[in-house]
Amino acid sequence: MTPGKETPGGRSGPDGATISPERAPILTVRGLSKSFGGTRALVDVSLDVLPGEVHGLLGENGSGKSTLIKILAGYHAPDAGEIRIRSTPVKLPLAPGQFRRLGMDFVHQDLGLIPSLTVLENLRVGDLAGRGRLYISWKRERLMARRTFQRYGLDLDPRARVAELSAVERALLAIVRAVEGMRRSSAQAHTEQGLLFLDEPTAFLPRDQVDRLFALVRQIARSNAGVVFVSHDLDEVMAITDRVTVLRNGRRVGSVRTAQTSHGELVHLIVGRELQGVEELPREPRRERPLVCVRELCGGQLQRTSFEVHEHEVLGLTGLVGAGYEEIPYLLFGARTATAGELEVDGRSLRLDSLTPSRAIAAGIGLIPADRQRDGSVGSLSTTDNLTLPVLRNYFRRLALSWSLMRRDAHRLMSAFDVRPPDPALPYAALSGGNQQKVVLAKWLQTRPRLLLLHEPTQGVDVGARQRITRLVREAAAAGTAVVCASADHEQVAALCDRVLIFTRGRLAGELAGDEVTKERITARCLMAGQG
Amino acid sequence: MTMESEGTPAADGTATEVGAVDEAEGLEKTVRGRRIRAPRISTLLGQYGLLIAWAIVVLFFTLLPGTSQTFPTAGNFATILGSQAVIVILTLGLLVPLTAGDYDLSVGFTLTLAAMLVAVLNVQHHWPIVLAILVALGAGAMVGLVNGAFILFFRIDSIIVTLGTGTFAGGLVLLISGSNTISGVSANLVDWVIVNRLFGIPLEFYYGLLLCLVMWYVFELTPLGRRLLFVGRGRNVARLSGINVNRVRLGALVTSGMVSAVAGVAYAGTTGAADPTSGTQLLLPAFAAAFLGATTIAPGRFNPVGCLVAVYFLVTGITGFQLLGAQSYVQSLFYGGALVIAVALSQIARRRQALDTGG
Repeated sequence: MTPGKETPGGRSGPDGATISPERAPILTVRGLSKSFGGTRALVDVSLDVLPGEVHGLLGENGSGKSTLIKILAGYHAPDAGEIRIRSTPVKLPLAPGQFRRLGMDFVHQDLGLIPSLTVLENLRVGDLAGRGRLYISWKRERLMARRTFQRYGLDLDPRARVAELSAVERALLAIVRAVEGMRRSSAQAHTEQGLLFLDEPTAFLPRDQVDRLFALVRQIARSNAGVVFVSHDLDEVMAITDRVTVLRNGRRVGSVRTAQTSHGELVHLIVGRELQGVEELPREPRRERPLVCVRELCGGQLQRTSFEVHEHEVLGLTGLVGAGYEEIPYLLFGARTATAGELEVDGRSLRLDSLTPSRAIAAGIGLIPADRQRDGSVGSLSTTDNLTLPVLRNYFRRLALSWSLMRRDAHRLMSAFDVRPPDPALPYAALSGGNQQKVVLAKWLQTRPRLLLLHEPTQGVDVGARQRITRLVREAAAAGTAVVCASADHEQVAALCDRVLIFTRGRLAGELAGDEVTKERITARCLMAGQG
Repeated sequence: MTMESEGTPAADGTATEVGAVDEAEGLEKTVRGRRIRAPRISTLLGQYGLLIAWAIVVLFFTLLPGTSQTFPTAGNFATILGSQAVIVILTLGLLVPLTAGDYDLSVGFTLTLAAMLVAVLNVQHHWPIVLAILVALGAGAMVGLVNGAFILFFRIDSIIVTLGTGTFAGGLVLLISGSNTISGVSANLVDWVIVNRLFGIPLEFYYGLLLCLVMWYVFELTPLGRRLLFVGRGRNVARLSGINVNRVRLGALVTSGMVSAVAGVAYAGTTGAADPTSGTQLLLPAFAAAFLGATTIAPGRFNPVGCLVAVYFLVTGITGFQLLGAQSYVQSLFYGGALVIAVALSQIARRRQALDTGG
């Protein structure tokens, strides 16, 4: 199969699927393009979704999947292109919410359920609130909901609160709700060919429960609807889809029949470059002693994870969405409580199930959280206030805080960390994202931590600041700090880290070191990790 | 004001944090943001506006024919400064949990409870006044502890908890007093609160002033004050910076309980008696002064000095109108109006500041 080879228009679809009149595509996308500023998010993308098929949509973060879905949902206006629904051209851009009238619906990763309400209320929320009815017969609604669930072979209690459901039941409920809405609007359009988009619905589900969701998806497809299934998990894509379309850098690089492809081919399509021997190369033995040991860490999604970090080392943690690696910085800092495990920093042992941030700080640990605004610093207070918070004791002399000293040191730190402008009186919120992140970095690096924990350190940061932050972290590592960086941005991980641990579904699934630490290899390993 | 447990009182009465600056335009804006450091007239007006307004009110009643004889007298000023110290103390106590991000609606009832304990123990049970005062302070601390326990342990919104505990304390007052006003509190206390004067002003005024200075010191010049501020502005940030957030919040609530009790003792000393209801009418003035005070001196921040200015601004206006012959409804108009206007003013100030810094 040659990626990128297309025959647009004509009798056959762009992906070579033969289109017979009775199997005319539900959704036809031709030449769709979209740019944001200078970034081309979608370039001339074409796609067909046939009735009764489950169509996989694959690609790395930033490959254009979300843009495509958001155009169909009416969030973005495309620059060029054509969309036909059941062979009828649709006027672009779509209005927000118009997809419902066209017989489409979306289930996003967050599912959009209200946990404090009941199953029934969630199922019928749009319908019950929308119509000008005088009263609601709950008895009748419950009966109808039970029948609906029975039709899909589900055993859900309409009176249960959504918060009490298991993760997979919540996902099933969200899908049933979308399908019901889709069926109603399709019925109005006198067709049963609805179109359902599932945007990574399985990311947070336990593996053994995914089958229940797949059974439902197959049933929906059998009713002659089309299902677009977005996932990073190749095993799941191989198991559930009939065809797969892969996007890379905003372009469609290929559409393949699932039965005729393999893991390797899909990885190749997603990552782009040919990779020889994705399996591990022998690593050179490390000379430095391990400075940090994590033993049997359990908590959140993580199950019994152990690893070491050496002096001067930057260790990356990554994986697909839902792999649980992003919890590690918070668990190792006591920001979230682990259920079990032990952390050893510089010979000092800490129990992770009773760790608090103040104990972690006392042990020489610093955390730079992903959400700068909520967790990193207080926007309405000055950078001096924010910078000096962890080291206030140093400034309390002769019964009073020395504000002149605090401002002087804040200014010095801001200059050293290249914060622009280096004005210690400026409210933190007035700084740009990159400069905010430098301030948070300065706040913790001034305490000379033994272990620095990072989560998405360059999220929402411009390119210049990104390089600067990478350099500052590398300098800290060179000075002897052990650094752990959890990130879904594989380019970032490759630029920053000496060694990378790959996680899948709460478990450590692989390790890359030395020359293996490249963006492509990391992505490939993440995609293959589920296989072992 | 939201009712979520995470909703915290900002100095402008909203329960939200300052929004982030749009990142894409951040750099250009920060360059412009530097300008706000130069003391512009609008900034100075914001900072000292309330002081100026106070001066205008004083001038107004001094020149107004109806009050020019009665208002600008030493005796009247001494009354204004002395008699309202109870509100000053109460407001200063309230400032502590407000800064830490919790509302304390129980302060008015705690004040009444403390005043009533002093009166009942001293007058009916003939306890020495000092012992009665100590018990009253202990009761104030208890109310704070109970507030803290419910707010922190059960994670209930502070508004709900303190509304409940306050009402409960109000019930206790009625119980121990038999719903009667109890007068005849030790002359010693009355002497040391309102009778003895320094420079012609009752000692009570200086107690409020002293407390204000102590709080200014703690807020501005100690690590504790910084921690309190961070806990109020960003609980997650504070927690992840190693601050024991629960301990700080509990301490703030116990402090406001005790300071309210001090205000209650001062109240008993001012009137020589305790009545079961009047203290509760001081709750709104305290909130009005706290929020109005947050618009001045250090705008956008609950601050003790601004609080002092706000109390005396309000009291001066009320006294002036009462000298004109207005009825007691003036108080309600003033305090109620001031609370809402103060919150509105600080919203405007925030929006302007946001424009200046590019938010």
